[in-house]
Amino acid sequence: MSKKIAGAALMAIVLAMIVGRFTVKADEFTKEDLERWQNEYMSVVEKGRALWVSPELGTNGVACAQCHPNAANTHPETYPKFQQQLGRVIALRDMINWCILNPLEGPTLALDSAEMIALEAYILFERRGVELAPGKH
Amino acid sequence: MTELKMNRRSFLKSAGALAAVSCLPVSMVELAFADQKKNFTFAYISDSHIQYITGGGFVRNWDRGLIRAVAETNLLQPKPDFVVFGGDLAQLGMKEELDHGAEMLAKLNYKTYCVMGEHDYYLDLGEYWSKLYGPHYYSWDHKGVHFITLNSIITYDEWTHERWPTAEQPMLEMAGLDNPNGSPFMVGEEQRKWLAKDLEKVKKDTPVVLFSHSPIQKIYKGWNFWTEDAEDVHALLKPFDDVTVVYGHVHQIQYNQIGNISLHAVMATAWPWPYPQSYAQAESHLPKLTVPMNRADPFFERDATGWQFINMASGRVAMSYNLYNNTNRTVAFDPKTGTPRDSAYQNSENRIPPQTHY
Repeated sequence: MSKKIAGAALMAIVLAMIVGRFTVKADEFTKEDLERWQNEYMSVVEKGRALWVSPELGTNGVACAQCHPNAANTHPETYPKFQQQLGRVIALRDMINWCILNPLEGPTLALDSAEMIALEAYILFERRGVELAPGKH
Repeated sequence: MTELKMNRRSFLKSAGALAAVSCLPVSMVELAFADQKKNFTFAYISDSHIQYITGGGFVRNWDRGLIRAVAETNLLQPKPDFVVFGGDLAQLGMKEELDHGAEMLAKLNYKTYCVMGEHDYYLDLGEYWSKLYGPHYYSWDHKGVHFITLNSIITYDEWTHERWPTAEQPMLEMAGLDNPNGSPFMVGEEQRKWLAKDLEKVKKDTPVVLFSHSPIQKIYKGWNFWTEDAEDVHALLKPFDDVTVVYGHVHQIQYNQIGNISLHAVMATAWPWPYPQSYAQAESHLPKLTVPMNRADPFFERDATGWQFINMASGRVAMSYNLYNNTNRTVAFDPKTGTPRDSAYQNSENRIPPQTHY
């Protein structure tokens, strides 16, 4: 039994060495990679901004930006926190859905949807540089 | 009944009346020692942003704000001499919105003066608004005070007339507070010339009160908490002893003193705005004098919105903020300091945690 496992492990190591010769090394990336990743990220931030000012996110034409210009007064650095009005600790995306449901009178987003991630990306982008303060009210 | 013999019943009666008086905000009690001529009040309602929903209907939340402000203003005692509506009656300047807002404002039992806001203006450059409310800028005298209303939300001609492919586009661009395609507000040369002429006939010791939609001072350009030619307007007002500017647009408590000019902002009836310092990427110049309003609690729909009752007894503005889910605030000109001061929170040790904005 143990011989079998040792054999399989050896095979795996040899295979990894062979395959490894033909793939990139995980800990190495170039300036071009960094640029591409930043652009990918910014394209989602831009989608988030488009949703932020969109009258289509809810049903009554109200947009997030009407109350939160530049996503101000959303305090993403404080989440998860005890949302005293709800009586429990929640994440930023729960509050995003609360706003969509109430002032925007719209259907909530799936918590792992592309739209939700884009909204979070935009909110956090506008808050860049601010120190983390989880739990702060 | 003699002065000394007060029976229990009449004592209770007067005690009850006293209790009722002590419940009213200070500024609602008329000041008996004031100059009788200037001893009057007016109410200020602003920024209702009545918003038409495509396919019919209006945003309920904003409607409720204006309905409540009108109903409460009608219950004021003592009665105000008039009401000012401080601009942004509509959200996108549409006829439907202006008509619906005008219908609600028509329920006021008092003469109403209106100020132009950018949300009323940029769809048709104020044409339909004018059909309802008349000229874009004007002045009048009331009990020894000279009142002026300016249209402070115009901008560069090139931006207004030449940049956009459709008539709707400037409205949509200007409606986004944080839209980088916007353009700074200004009073402009034409109105400044008119103002200079209007002020020629006013004695220097006559209190002057100016209403505008945008702050006639520079706080944060990114959200147009700003008037580009503020200093030029200040220069015209400089020769007068008592000058007050009251403005809307910012949806929050602000006050300041610049030279002889006291400046006061009013609340929106629709929704509150964050203080510019809560936008981490910007530098703002909120007047040091201002003790901010409490941070808004979104779970109370009308929190951090409200309307104002203004007492003119001192010749300057004593502004009582009627805040629906918070303790009311009073910011009045204090002759001792020569600035507006909050009656409860001006000393830093009196401030409370919700007044910290970040």
